[in-house]
Amino acid sequence: MIEVDGLTVRYGGVTSLDAMSLTFEQGTCGLIGPNGAGKTTFFNVLSGFVRPATGTVRAFGVDLLSMAHFRRARWGVRRTFQTEQAIEELSVFDNVAMVHEHSRLGGASRRRDVLDAIEFTGIDVAPETTVRTLGAGHRRLVEVARAVVGRPRLVLLDEPAAGLPEEETSHLAEVIRGIPEHTGALAILVDHDMSLVSACCETTAVLDFGRLIASGPTAAVLRDDDVIRAYLGVA
Amino acid sequence: MRATLERASPARISRRPTRPQLIRWAVTAVLLLFVLFALPQLMSLYYVDTMTQVAVYSMVTLALGLLVGRVGLVSLGQVAVLAIGAWAAARLLFATSQPYPLVLLEAGLITMVAGLLIGLPALRLRGLYLALITLMLAGAITVVLATVNFPNGGHGFTGYNGSLVHIPPIRRPSIAASDPAYFRYSVVVAILMFALVFAHIKTKPGRAWAAIRQSEPAALAAGINTWFYKLWAFALASFITGVAGGVLAGAVHYLYSIGFPTQDSITLLAVTLMGGVYSLWGAVVAALLYQFLPALLNNWGVSADWLIILFGVGVLQVLTTAPAGLADQVPKDLARLGRFLRGRLKPRSIPETPESTK
Repeated sequence: MIEVDGLTVRYGGVTSLDAMSLTFEQGTCGLIGPNGAGKTTFFNVLSGFVRPATGTVRAFGVDLLSMAHFRRARWGVRRTFQTEQAIEELSVFDNVAMVHEHSRLGGASRRRDVLDAIEFTGIDVAPETTVRTLGAGHRRLVEVARAVVGRPRLVLLDEPAAGLPEEETSHLAEVIRGIPEHTGALAILVDHDMSLVSACCETTAVLDFGRLIASGPTAAVLRDDDVIRAYLGVA
Repeated sequence: MRATLERASPARISRRPTRPQLIRWAVTAVLLLFVLFALPQLMSLYYVDTMTQVAVYSMVTLALGLLVGRVGLVSLGQVAVLAIGAWAAARLLFATSQPYPLVLLEAGLITMVAGLLIGLPALRLRGLYLALITLMLAGAITVVLATVNFPNGGHGFTGYNGSLVHIPPIRRPSIAASDPAYFRYSVVVAILMFALVFAHIKTKPGRAWAAIRQSEPAALAAGINTWFYKLWAFALASFITGVAGGVLAGAVHYLYSIGFPTQDSITLLAVTLMGGVYSLWGAVVAALLYQFLPALLNNWGVSADWLIILFGVGVLQVLTTAPAGLADQVPKDLARLGRFLRGRLKPRSIPETPESTK
């Protein structure tokens, strides 16, 4: 469970997150909102790339914000990036192993854990393939494999389906839906693709201009008048 | 995608080297045996000395390539780091009777500590600013070395003997007193340093460096302590350059501070980029460009100063058309040439007629 309380982030005069208070219970939770709503900023706070002005984040009882950024991955925070960041020079296996060797787990189970994670994402290339030779869909799956390896506690997915064709998106949705059960982690999905969010998330929160405007069961949230107004800009 | 899942199963991934890998290992082994045993017999002493310098500078370009290519840190102070290594080794060789390998190890470690002291504050910067800081530090070190003079066998810590005559030479290992023997010794040391880097890039630090070079946020999100791994790269590069300095001290017998001009660091970076920073072979190509090519031109009576122009053009060419350097481009071009020649030599096939397809 992630408890966010009064989280505020300012960049100069811009308030990117405005006293956001929200609890993510379990499973896969959606986080949506128009461009500039503060979704990625929220992820950057959780990853430690952005220091909030005020507020606290408690993750499974631990004060997340007091941890150094690289230690958070060791503790169990994983993320994917809006612009995919699979390491081109390394093989699929090494991309995933890289996360495992900096996790809490020892080297004895590394090979099996890494291959498990790769298998879980259903990447249909040999693990020793260099990422440079892969297409966008495969690279996204490599990022997801990195996010699920080594007992994660919190998996942050930042627009994982951006730029993917429909067929690959539906495969990705299937993988994302399986994350909580496979890893025991809480997953938070940020995406613009409402069909992906509806397909993956039981609950969804909506941000607009840094403020939380709705949260609850996904179907109800997507019918919410405020949410429709924020997305479509209707007065 | 699910249908082909078994591809990722443990049984499918083998640890045995592939055929191309085996061929590469075999070619490397044959080449090394040739360099170690045949090459000194075939060359005049002039070229033996030159190739010893190539072995020394291949370690320097190896270290610089590690920083630039693997971690993305541009250092313009490598010649000063080399000078520190040479200084430390020379001092230890004069002051003690320790075996040579131990002196090389100590020179490497002393240089590593010096490199870390430089690296600690410098690593807070990156890109152009890091390059600038390392260049200025190199300048400062050169000034210090010029002021206090290189140890040349006199007494005391700086060990300077101002008499200009009767200066004892820096000793060599007893097993490698002659020039060809010392060349072999240098190559063996270089092989060890290449193996050290190879072991790094194929394991945990190598993966961490690859992540840092491509994206620091991705590296941090993977749990990599980027500061620590950058410092590690700096330490390793300094260690290797320090060892190279130790080998250089024995190779030249006499060290002078004018032998380590600051601007040479810039030329070193240029040849390292030309050789190729993403492959270990690039370091060898870079050292050949840096030491062998000038010696060749000198032998032919052409001024080696022309090389500065050539290196300028070379770097421009590398940065615009072949970012992986000559070590990557030449094999590709040769393969292309091979395909072209095969295409030319093959007898022209007769155009198919409707009858022939019957």
